[in-house]
Amino acid sequence: MTAGAETGGIAPANPGVITGRAEEARQGNPLRDPRDRRIPRVAGPCVLVIFGVTGDLARKKLMPAVYDLANRGLLPPGFSLVGFARRDWEHEDFTQVTYQAVKEHARTPFRDTVWQQLSEGVRFVPGEFDDDAAFDRLAETVRELDVERGTGGNYAFYLSIPPRFFPLVVQQLKRSGLADGRGRGWRRVVIEKPFGHDLASALELNAIVDAVFPAGSVFRIDHYLGKETVQNILALRFANEMYEPIWNRGYVDHIQITMAEDVGIGGRAGYYDGIGAARDVIQNHLLQLLALTAMEEPVSFDADSLRMEKEKALSAVRLPPDLATGTARGQYAAGWQGGIQVPGYLEEEGIPSDSRTETYAAVKLGIDTRRWAGVPFYLRTGKRMTRRMTEVALIFQRAPHLPFAATDTEELGQNALVIRIQPDEGVTVRFGSKVPGTAMEVRDVNMDFAYGQSFTESSPEAYERLLLDVLIGDPPLFPRQAEVELSWRILDPIEEFWASYTKPEQYPAGIAGPASADALMARDGRTWRRL
Amino acid sequence: MATIDLTETSTSAISAALTQARRSMGGPAMGMVLTLIIVTNEAEQYDAVRAATHAGREHPSRTIAVITRRPQADSRLDAEIRVGESSPGETLLLRMYGPLGQHADSVAAPLLIPDVPVVTWWPDAAPPVPAKDPLGSVAQRRVTDAAAADAPRDMLLALARAYQPGDTDLSWTRATPWRSLLAAVLDQRHPELDSGQVLAEPANPTADLLAAWLELRLGIPVQRRESAGPGITEVRFDTSEGTIMVCRPDGRTATLSWAGRSDRKVALHRRETVELIAEELRRLEPDEVYAETLRALAAGAGAADQAAGAEAADQ
Repeated sequence: MTAGAETGGIAPANPGVITGRAEEARQGNPLRDPRDRRIPRVAGPCVLVIFGVTGDLARKKLMPAVYDLANRGLLPPGFSLVGFARRDWEHEDFTQVTYQAVKEHARTPFRDTVWQQLSEGVRFVPGEFDDDAAFDRLAETVRELDVERGTGGNYAFYLSIPPRFFPLVVQQLKRSGLADGRGRGWRRVVIEKPFGHDLASALELNAIVDAVFPAGSVFRIDHYLGKETVQNILALRFANEMYEPIWNRGYVDHIQITMAEDVGIGGRAGYYDGIGAARDVIQNHLLQLLALTAMEEPVSFDADSLRMEKEKALSAVRLPPDLATGTARGQYAAGWQGGIQVPGYLEEEGIPSDSRTETYAAVKLGIDTRRWAGVPFYLRTGKRMTRRMTEVALIFQRAPHLPFAATDTEELGQNALVIRIQPDEGVTVRFGSKVPGTAMEVRDVNMDFAYGQSFTESSPEAYERLLLDVLIGDPPLFPRQAEVELSWRILDPIEEFWASYTKPEQYPAGIAGPASADALMARDGRTWRRL
Repeated sequence: MATIDLTETSTSAISAALTQARRSMGGPAMGMVLTLIIVTNEAEQYDAVRAATHAGREHPSRTIAVITRRPQADSRLDAEIRVGESSPGETLLLRMYGPLGQHADSVAAPLLIPDVPVVTWWPDAAPPVPAKDPLGSVAQRRVTDAAAADAPRDMLLALARAYQPGDTDLSWTRATPWRSLLAAVLDQRHPELDSGQVLAEPANPTADLLAAWLELRLGIPVQRRESAGPGITEVRFDTSEGTIMVCRPDGRTATLSWAGRSDRKVALHRRETVELIAEELRRLEPDEVYAETLRALAAGAGAADQAAGAEAADQ
């Protein structure tokens, strides 16, 4: 599926919502009133089926998020959760596992009454993905729930499983009749990154899902987009008057988008090796941040308009003419990170000693639009760096003329607007200010907005927000296939170049990246922001 | 938590003490989102201030408790300033003696944070027209609590007459969990509703508002009936295919019973004041749905009273 096909013709106003009878009932509900802001957006009656329910993500994020939603009163009475996995469990065993996961990882306080309500709707279906009988049992289970708990034939399938199992599971859903609502209730399928490892595999993956589920009911989770601070980029840009006029090449010198991690690959050796930092982070998180930063104002915040603007921005991305000087990559070597001696990537368990997988990647991209022509976007990500930090920084041009003596402004840098995504979410503005005293001396100061201070303790977890959006059928925060394909089009040539060319440069753990990345900036007369 | 006591003081001395306290803690208190004025008395201030401080975790704010004491004494202003290291925001307890108590707004006004909204909350007795009260007129949002009144229903009717955009009442806030649950119930396909009932302990203004809201939105008669409580114990709808009923006998867990389906349990807590005030502070625009409900309640008051009277005669 291409962007053209998906947006071609007259698109429905809200393509993610597969309007079934339940949805019609919701829309006609006289108790709901858009002016009534106290009544929260509550999901309609439905069943959430999680495949791969024994995995880390399900235990640490999904099940706690379900509980947190229930605790906040955002799940309907009768909401049911079905786990499917290759375990010899009874419903009670699974309930116990869910209980543990919730107790350990839920964000909101544990309440027995909420848990009681939730646990009544928890079911487990054991089985292999190639076992027809197991899927028939699954179909039977959800239909029983429809009768018992009034879930109305609305099912969301969360595929928290490696992509190699997608064909099997999707086919099984089709064979067992689970994928087809036949006009009664909606079907939604949720898939996690990675959406392929290059354009070809992303197309293949999409073809598999697309053959069974219509594009509008596929929800691709990039959990970064569920973060409050990422959504705040949109509020900052489009709800205010003071930023947008300077948000362009007339004022911006360059933009740095960074996601630095202090950890190594941990237990992800099997997944990470051969994938690397660029596919793992740049293709999805950083390019999404780039799209949100660079895009034009959408005509509205509905899914179509928002995604269309992001796609436009991504389609205008231009690679550096010489990939050798416009990109950098590295691999962490043994060293000291935050006071702890850590092994190098090649010494990690499960990593071949001749691995060429990069753990650090930096690229310089251009965006061929009137707004951004000539403004470089520097993207970088790495593991085992100085500290954990994700931010988008707009570095402004210097004032065209400084009516001060040169010595007065020696300590004045470039103005900057920094959107801190994590940790310590917020916005910093850096500008020059007079130093108190008799001399006219100007120095950089920071003006700071801390998200956690102005709205303490009200930020839900990204997964809570996204899960609720899936159950409600609200798709703006989910990238669609066209965005995935566009990102691979950007990354594929870089990956090919790297594969044919160099080994990644080693950098000692605990620093801000390899020397070649610093050289990349130095060639443009710039430096990376300090981590 | 640093506490500073100032006796026989002035607002400028209070401002100076605040600035000083913030500085000694490392930097000015940034990012406060509102000023909350609590109009209360010595006996009630503790609970109200405690709730506000907790709510302040979600909405860092300057809380100003206006406490009037001994109206016969000479005018005097005593201030207790609390600036927390562990919690965001600041709390000022202002004790006003003598005639000064009649001019509390002159004390509060210089202490409002510039540029951010003001909310005034009367945890117990409220003025007859909140928007005309000197401490109410500076606020974008005025929060009363009909449940604290001796005759809650009369208080609601008085509030209906006095209503100005920005008024709100905690008895309406208490209805939110019920309202969202009932909205979720009616999200499901259901037979046409013929009539409804709201059962609650006597003198429960939340039940009055809930019944009025249901009647207004659903266009069916909704009777307000009495039970032993606690709070609201039951809401039921009669339909051609049997009843749809939500029962909450214990104030904690509700059961949804739907003719022809198995019962379902739903957590439905009675909430603490902290949660109520936090919800109230979350949105500061006028609550139009509350206004309409209050108006409908006042309009239907005569008829509803008659029905209640007839029922009492039956028993």
